[in-house]
This record gives sequence, C-alpha cells and structure tokens, in this order.
Amino acid sequence: MSEPTPTSNAKPGWSRVRPARRFADRLMKVTTTLFTGLAVFVLFWILGMLIVKGIGGLSVATFTATMPGPGSQGGGLANAIVGSLLLTFIGIAIATPIGVLAGTFLAEYSRGSKVAEVIRFINDILLSAPSILIGLFVYVVMVMPMGGYSGWAGGVALGIIAIPVIVRTTEDMLRLVPNHLREAGSAMGAPLSVVITSVTWRAAKAGMVTGILLALARVAGETAPLLFTALNNTFWFRPDLTGGVSNLPVTIYQFASAPYENWQQLAWAGSLIITLSILLLSVAARSLVHRDK
Amino acid sequence: MLTPPSSSPQVVNENAPVRIAVKNLDFFYGENKALKNINLDFKDRHITALIGPSGCGKSTLLRIFNRICSLYPEQRAVGEILLDGYNILGPNVDVNELRSRVGMVFQKPTPFPMSIYDNVAFGIRLYEKPAKSELDGRVEAALRRAALWDEVKDKLKSSGMGLSGGQQQRLCIARTIAQQPEVILFDEPTSALDPISTGKIEDLLEEMRHDFTIAIVTHNMQQAARISQYTAFMYLGEVIEFASTNTIFLAPEKEQTLDYVTGRFG
Repeated sequence: MSEPTPTSNAKPGWSRVRPARRFADRLMKVTTTLFTGLAVFVLFWILGMLIVKGIGGLSVATFTATMPGPGSQGGGLANAIVGSLLLTFIGIAIATPIGVLAGTFLAEYSRGSKVAEVIRFINDILLSAPSILIGLFVYVVMVMPMGGYSGWAGGVALGIIAIPVIVRTTEDMLRLVPNHLREAGSAMGAPLSVVITSVTWRAAKAGMVTGILLALARVAGETAPLLFTALNNTFWFRPDLTGGVSNLPVTIYQFASAPYENWQQLAWAGSLIITLSILLLSVAARSLVHRDK
Repeated sequence: MLTPPSSSPQVVNENAPVRIAVKNLDFFYGENKALKNINLDFKDRHITALIGPSGCGKSTLLRIFNRICSLYPEQRAVGEILLDGYNILGPNVDVNELRSRVGMVFQKPTPFPMSIYDNVAFGIRLYEKPAKSELDGRVEAALRRAALWDEVKDKLKSSGMGLSGGQQQRLCIARTIAQQPEVILFDEPTSALDPISTGKIEDLLEEMRHDFTIAIVTHNMQQAARISQYTAFMYLGEVIEFASTNTIFLAPEKEQTLDYVTGRFG
C-alpha cells in the first residue's frame, strides 16, 4: 500500500477513505436496515391483523361454549382449548425426559466422540423434518394398530416434534456451563452422575427450562401432525382420549375454510389465542434466562 | 525487592513424616511431555509452595495429586505418587475416594449453584448421612474455620453465587474443610482476589497448616515466601530446586532459582 498524499484542505483521516468505499459502506447499512424493517413489518402485520380480526370473536362464550354445529349461531372453542392444552401437555411430558437425558448424554458423556457427532446430525435432521411426515409416521405406528384416532397418538406426534428441540437446547445450555464448575464437583469426590444432577444441571437450569418452554411453544401451534392422529372433535372428547380430540390448530384449519361467518370469526379468535399464548410463553422463557444471569 | 521470610511460619519440623512422595513422575498431554522425572516429598502438616513461570507445569503437577487430570482421557501420568505409601496412580484406585481425602481449591472461586449451607454440606452428604443437628454443627464449624461464619450466618439459605469473590473462595475452602480431607491442594487460590481477601486467605492457610498437609501453586513469590515452609521451583516441566522456603529465597543453590526469586527472569 502506498502512502496517501492528502490534499491540503482535506480533513486528516478522511482523505484515506475513497468516496466509492464510503458509498458502499452506507449502502450496505441502509440495505440491511431496510430488509430488517421488512421482516419485522411482516411479523407486526400478522399480529395486527390477528388482533383486529380476532378480538371481535373473543367473548366469554369463546372460553365456555363448545364448537357450534354447521348453521347454528354462537358457540365457542372451550373443547378445542382444553384439548390443545392436553395434547401439548402429553407431548411435552413425553419429550422432556427423553430430550433432557439425550442432551445430557451429548454434552456430558460423549464429548467429541464419533457417536455424539452422528446423534447430533440425526437430531438436526429430525429438527427440520416436515411435521406432516411425523403425523403420517404416528398414523402408521399408532393410529392404524390401535384402530382409530386418539389424543394419545396426537400427544406422541407432538412429543416427537418437541424432542429434537429439547435435545438441542439442553446440550447447548450444558455446554455453556464452565468446565471449572465440573472440575470443582469432581474434586469433591462426587461421581460424575452426582456432578451432573446436582451441579451442572442446576447451573444450566434456567436455559434448560427455557428450551422446554420453547419446544412447548413450537408444538402448541402444530397442525399437520394432528390431522392424522388426534384429528378433531366438534364436541367434548372422551375422557380416556380415544377417538378424535378437539384442538385449536385443526379447528382453525377447518373453521377458516368454512362458509359460516361465526366459524370464520372463531377461527380468527382461535388464532389470536394461540399466538398470544405462544408470545407470552416466549416472553416468560426469556425473562427466566435473564433472571438467572 | 524481597522481604526475607519472617519468623514463625517458616519453622520447619525436619522430623515430620512425608505425606506425599512423588517418584519419577512423567506427565503427558497427548504426545506432549509436560512433566519430566519429578521427585518431590510433601511433609505432613506443612505448606509446600510450587513456584515457577507460567507453563512450567506447577498446576499440572498439582492436578495429578487428586487425579482431576483423569477427567481428560488424553492426559496421562507415568510414575508413582505415594499418599501415605499408597500409589494413587495405581490401577485400583477409587478416584472419588481419593478426592474426598485430597481436597482442592481452584483459582476461580467455584461455588456450586445452591445455597451456602448446601455448598458446605455437599461433600459431607456424598459419603455420610449425618443427622440434621450434626450436619448443622459441621457446616457451622467449617464456615467458622474458613472465617466466613460471621458474614453468612444469617443467610445460610441464600445462594452461594451471591457472595463476593473473596467470600466465595472462603466458601470453597469451607466446603473442602467440611469433608475433612488430609491433604488440600490450592491452585493459585488468590490470583483472582483483591489484596484484603488475599490477606484473609493467607491467614487461613497459616491456620490450616496445623491440621492439613497443604500444597499451593502460586504466581506470587512473596506469597510463597510468606506462607510456605517448603518451596519447589519448577521450570519447563522440571523441578529445578526443592528445599525449605528460607533456603530457596535466601540462599538457593541453583543460579536459575536465584534469578527467578530475585525477579531477573520469569
């Protein structure tokens, strides 16, 4: 690089930057800002539309009445809301122990090993697997042998979607725990199992709980895996969860494309309920992480 | 620049039995030989300081005494380390039991993410199931010995992570004492602390040496001179000179040692 020769009246330092480069620099900044704005704009557009169109459908009846039949007036989403809560709960109850333990294996027991690499790779594939595929899979291995749709099959399908999310976050969070804490645990004469359960897990607790909450948020709105498993139910489902179990996502799917105005209204209301619940969950998850820092 | 070691702490008892004897010890990080033919004796109820420039292997050596190095499969020690005559590098050693007898305090304070009480009780609960009252007593005794009791007695249930750095380090010492080990290893225990906290820890060490055999790695030569009775000077994975602290700091035999303790290199 040759030494630049500053012209007499140029500001020192500025003379080194060519105008073209300064322009490119600004262009980059403006472009990235613009496209960030675009992405955020779409999100707020969706949220705004949901609030505008959905708020009219919210009433006490939405939370207390069951779904209306074709052509009948009023009605609500009580059975769908309760069904969704149950299905999500079953899914997370299945996925949490599996995901946490698998994530722990990856982070604590198999560091740097080939096995861990293969498992991590498979987990990443599962993480991005199309959810309809998982619905079909559960249809074949559970719904067909059991002879019908059920809430259990729906819960399992949601669980399979949640597992890789929890595996991933658990492993990531455990890796953030500083190694000297593990060494200190071992230096007390604690076996590895005790170090993991009473030192490492505790240190990573907030992050691990966040991972579970994020998985919950992810599966709460899943529609495709339920189409072939829990299906839906216009009425209250059976307490043993056999047969179709009403749920919000499939209800939204069906009601939104129906010709009845009160159904469409309920579809908007249901969408708003799901979105706000997930939003609240995510905010709660985030504040959990920050509180422990 | 060097303050001659003052009177009392440096009094050595020549007849004290050897607690840890290191014999012909080599150590490898993978293929890389980090320690070469180490021979050292650590006397019972004395403080032995390991000094030397960064990377000389003093921490590496310390981390073999409780086999914490065994957590890493690529690290390998060859030779003998006899703890009361028993080779702790042997194949049938229960490392967890060894670590309950050979405690360690690290450079960075490492309180566990649990209450102050549970931190101190952690090591006791690993191997014993004392009654609540006895456990309470032992936790209090350990905190008193670590000169921390008065500062934490009203908040035993609050998290150990909420304490200051110096308090955390004394909590780690209390946690180690509570387990009643025979040997305690200190890996630069004060290098992350302010001078006042450092002073408190040094007072503690001086107290503790009447009950424990202590090995301490330190970067701070004055600290070694102040608190230890024996000093080993290490360089490039070898023990250059090992003698009483007075000898090392006032009349070392090797020129290299003299250069180091007088600050001419290192």
